[in-house]
Amino acid sequence: MSTLNADTHSPLVAQHLDLAYDHREIVSDLDVAIPDGKFTVIVGPNACGKSTLLRALARLLPPADGAVLLDGNNIAKMKTKKIAQRLGLLPQTSIAPEGITVAELVARGRHPHQSFLRQWTDADEAAVLSALRATNTEELSSRQVDELSGGQRQRVWVAMVLAQETSLLLLDEPTTFLDVAFQIELLDLFCQLNHEYGHTLVAVLHDLNQACRYADEIIAMKDGEIVAQGRPEEIITAELVDEVFGIGCTVIDDPVTGAPMIVAGMPKKTFADR
Amino acid sequence: MKTSHLAVQERTLCPHPRTLPGERVDFGRPMLRVFGVRLDMRVLITAGIVALLALACGFAGLMLGKFSLSIGEVFQGLVGMADKRIVNTVVGEWRAPRVLAGIVLGAGLGVSGAVFQSLTRNPLGSPDIIGFSTGAYTGGIVTIIVFGTSFVSTAAGAIIGGLLTAVIVYMLTWKGGVQGFRLIIVGIALTAMLNAFNTWLILRADLELAMAAATWGAGTLNGMGWSTIAPAAVATVVLGLACGLFARDLGTLELGDYASKALGVRNEPVRAALIVVAVALVAVVTAAAGPIAFVALAAPQIGRRIAKAQGTSLLASAAVGALLLVAADLIAQHAFGDIQLPVGIITVSIGGIYLIWLLIQEARKAS
Repeated sequence: MSTLNADTHSPLVAQHLDLAYDHREIVSDLDVAIPDGKFTVIVGPNACGKSTLLRALARLLPPADGAVLLDGNNIAKMKTKKIAQRLGLLPQTSIAPEGITVAELVARGRHPHQSFLRQWTDADEAAVLSALRATNTEELSSRQVDELSGGQRQRVWVAMVLAQETSLLLLDEPTTFLDVAFQIELLDLFCQLNHEYGHTLVAVLHDLNQACRYADEIIAMKDGEIVAQGRPEEIITAELVDEVFGIGCTVIDDPVTGAPMIVAGMPKKTFADR
Repeated sequence: MKTSHLAVQERTLCPHPRTLPGERVDFGRPMLRVFGVRLDMRVLITAGIVALLALACGFAGLMLGKFSLSIGEVFQGLVGMADKRIVNTVVGEWRAPRVLAGIVLGAGLGVSGAVFQSLTRNPLGSPDIIGFSTGAYTGGIVTIIVFGTSFVSTAAGAIIGGLLTAVIVYMLTWKGGVQGFRLIIVGIALTAMLNAFNTWLILRADLELAMAAATWGAGTLNGMGWSTIAPAAVATVVLGLACGLFARDLGTLELGDYASKALGVRNEPVRAALIVVAVALVAVVTAAAGPIAFVALAAPQIGRRIAKAQGTSLLASAAVGALLLVAADLIAQHAFGDIQLPVGIITVSIGGIYLIWLLIQEARKAS
């Protein structure tokens, strides 16, 4: 049995992180440690800096100050390709080139393992096949990505990230544009990746109840700061939800999973209620 | 699901679903694996057929003209073994450089166009639309006026002109990153300004230089000789292969900046290198044959469609570019009786129609 302690065993750590876009500060002096081998979900209201933090953790946004450490090394000083062999990212928006097939797109996930002289080997073939199987997209492999439904397409992008064969996966709002069935399908897949294949996952999600159901660890953010971090049943309370999202609610036990479940306050149906 | 909270589980990284040795991914089309490279058979075969057509047009170019030659005579002339010495001269000295120029420069334009359209993610983002050809031409005219008409100095001037234009377009477009469509609008505006400047330069130059610059300015292979095409062909091939070195990165950049960086591409240095190489490519072509429009614009799109390529295919673009230019030159030389038109006139005429169609398509897509 492995003992997982966030402080000593964290593959990804942010120290005194300042993040800014065009000198507009989004996050200041933030410290966070991503627990190893767990499914961590970052939640928070719009513009609280959660996607910004995720981008910084994936070295897509260089910090104005502070550092992100990947396995104890400053990510800013590591080779882009080396990082890409360790850490995969599913961006919020990605572009599938026109006419590309599923297999070809997933094959592009092999980029960090290839070089000009070593472009395609049995290992690449096996990794792509395996990623297609893990995401249940093997039978789509010869189809064009443009023809797929939103849920299938998102699965294919996940397959591309899996083909990268990184144990760390960062997912930026992976469920945002999907209907609820696809959201659940995808979250189940992430859970499976975490449980069966041992990936460490960090996802930004909007739905608090989904976060409670699926996450081992929740990071709640507001105004660029981390308000709480811990297991859902430890940290999710009506007070925290009020503090972070500014909504009144009741927290009950999820009748199915036993996780905390947020039930928002009485709907305001008329103007008089407001 | 909730069990994860209750029971601490063993969490070592397990391999993903097993695959058997020799199992292959179904790419939906045959793939060829040679020397550790996976090649799309359909792209290879299509590019091969188009290249053969280009060679056939080139061969026709060697046969046709005031001295009509037979197939046998052309072969003899190519190796310099014809019985009549004039045949050797006609084939080897007059026609071969021109045909080679059509094929190699056309391929160069195709590759350059493919690189820029991929980088801008827009079929309009081609060097002849966004001003790089025109800028190279400006650089060329300035060098002709100052240093005379040697190919090497003109090429150097054209490369500097092209790169300067690229820098200006990028500076005007930059806003924490370059967005494809803004780059195209800025490029079109700059092209118009550069055209005015070019006209002014030619008007002020000596008559002889002005005539040289103006003929060249239409984009022509007329009078192409070995002294021009030999260095130009070598430079084009080298720069084209340099683009090929970046083909994998180019394909990854097409997935968007975040995805490509997450996949280990150093976006900005790679993009800068690609821009420099592709601008140099179009500048070398411009120095040799003038600013030939339309080939760089159309070749990548035609190539992608007929080869059903996934994303950008430099190979298919190169083949189609070669065919377009060599065929257009055949028309320019022989379709109008004794009048030899600059090939640029033909490409512009066909290109104009294509451009209108493309603009309508893009506008439809946008709305």
